[in-house]
Amino acid sequence: MYHWAYEDVLAFAKSWSVVYFSLMFLAAFAYAYWPKNRERFRRAAHIPLRDEDA
Amino acid sequence: MQADVAQTPWRFDHFFIPLVLFLGFAAALFEAARSPEAPMVAQGWIFAICMGLTGIWYMWMYAGRTPADETRTYADGVVKAGVIAAMFWGIAGMLVGVIIALQLSFPNLFYLPNEAWTNFGRLRPLHTSAVIFAFGGNVLIATSFYVVQRTCRAHLFGGSLPWFVMWGYNTFIILAGTGYLLGISQSREYAEPEWYADIWLTIVWVCYLAVFLGTLIKRKEPHIYVANWFYLAFIITIAILHVVNNLAMPISLLQSKSYSLFSGVQDALTQWWYGHNAVGFFLTAGFLGIMYYFIPKRAERPVYSYRLSIIHFWSLIFIYIWAGPHHLLYTALPEWAQTLGMTFSIILWMPSWGGMINGLMTLSGAWDKLRTDPVLRMLVVSVAFYGMSTFEGPVMSIKAVNALSHYTNWTIGHVHSGALGWVGYVSFGAIYCLVPWLWKKQLYSNALVEWHFWISTLGIVLYITSMWVAGIMQGLMWRAYNDFGFLEYAFIEVVEAMHPYYIIRAVGGLLYLGGALLMVFNLWKTVRSGAPAAAPIAVVPAVAAEAA
Repeated sequence: MYHWAYEDVLAFAKSWSVVYFSLMFLAAFAYAYWPKNRERFRRAAHIPLRDEDA
Repeated sequence: MQADVAQTPWRFDHFFIPLVLFLGFAAALFEAARSPEAPMVAQGWIFAICMGLTGIWYMWMYAGRTPADETRTYADGVVKAGVIAAMFWGIAGMLVGVIIALQLSFPNLFYLPNEAWTNFGRLRPLHTSAVIFAFGGNVLIATSFYVVQRTCRAHLFGGSLPWFVMWGYNTFIILAGTGYLLGISQSREYAEPEWYADIWLTIVWVCYLAVFLGTLIKRKEPHIYVANWFYLAFIITIAILHVVNNLAMPISLLQSKSYSLFSGVQDALTQWWYGHNAVGFFLTAGFLGIMYYFIPKRAERPVYSYRLSIIHFWSLIFIYIWAGPHHLLYTALPEWAQTLGMTFSIILWMPSWGGMINGLMTLSGAWDKLRTDPVLRMLVVSVAFYGMSTFEGPVMSIKAVNALSHYTNWTIGHVHSGALGWVGYVSFGAIYCLVPWLWKKQLYSNALVEWHFWISTLGIVLYITSMWVAGIMQGLMWRAYNDFGFLEYAFIEVVEAMHPYYIIRAVGGLLYLGGALLMVFNLWKTVRSGAPAAAPIAVVPAVAAEAA
């Protein structure tokens, strides 16, 4: 059975993490700027201002 | 009698909390009775007293009655307790900070050879833990409980569990602080408390997560407001960091000393993975939750860009977690890991500044409020300091800069521009908002807030500029060689050169403490004798009022 060596983990981390981070960022960016979400986030921004009690 | 019993529904918290308190009390008495080391016996008694007092309070509060906190729309009693605890620990922690600053300036002033607890080595963690975990932690718990209820339009989850979190967390603070004075420490920066205190904090923290998540789950507002995302990230990440970094084996269940699961460079990396994320998630993510609620609320405007806040959140939490290795540049840590830590620290500049811009631009169209409202000014200046220290941090993480700055007072200055300017000011701003809102009073004096603002701003400026000069001078003197290739300066010459800057720093700290004392006085007067909050504008139609 093949055991993962330190170098293997390192190589994987050095290469694929770039892809992973790029995809995570694109996902967050797409979610934030998806046109359909515009109205939802506009309302969400007003949540603290709609408190009845203070 | 029978009917009464039948009407009281079974509640988990009514059994869980007394059980935990009883087991804690029993374990504490066991330690006090059997431990062979005097400091551990003292810790046993202290913990037993905390458990006993909390138990008595719990019975008085909950036996046979339902406290008002549970029947009101929102549980605000526990928030009030957190605000009071935060101010108490804040003053205590800043006072210890001034004392150790004076110890560094005048070593003979507090030199008491027979009183080991007055030693700088014991007082320094007392200061850092008191301001970060006792002051900052209580601010975070109090504001998170306040904000999550308002933005979810839901009462806190868990019945009496929030109160257990409050008492339990402050018990941890007492245990940790007295432990340092007794000489108990596992020597991990910002994670000094030993195994038994760590276990207690884990129990309390899981309950905190349960309260917060439970409230989010039963929310009436469909969207989870961004402040809650930051609070949740703070709670979850701190739980993970705390547990992993404190994996250790005590030498005996009756003794305080333990050994870490990790050794060598793995140990160092685990510690700084924890240490830097204590900054990233405790002192940043949690307080960003405060920024995203209190600045819009105080400015009466929605956050500048909600979409930017989403990107701020996800990029901040994904990047921060990798920045820890920058604390270990030029050590045994593999070169690539050092470069990774430095790279992520530099990338982190972007989300940090995205958040800063978002906070500052919330004021657009309402900048005039900065002139008239010192509380809002405090909040906004805190965001400016956030921007400044999150610029300075990445610069200092660059290897070439770190070669000069590491182990010098520049680091201390950097930490304090973040701690005094960002964390301190955003907390003060939030508390100046909260106290009048919670006690339904008008703030006693705006002029005193002005004084607080200017005195402490002067204090911060003195603090960070003196530490910049001292730190860079210190770094340059350490690396200076003479023509023969010998070190130019002896260590003590560097110490002597820093003396005036240490005095300026102590003065800066004293001014900051003075400002905080003005705040305590102002808030005390607000609660005791402040005018009642202005009644909301009457909605009774004029005609009806005339008819009456």
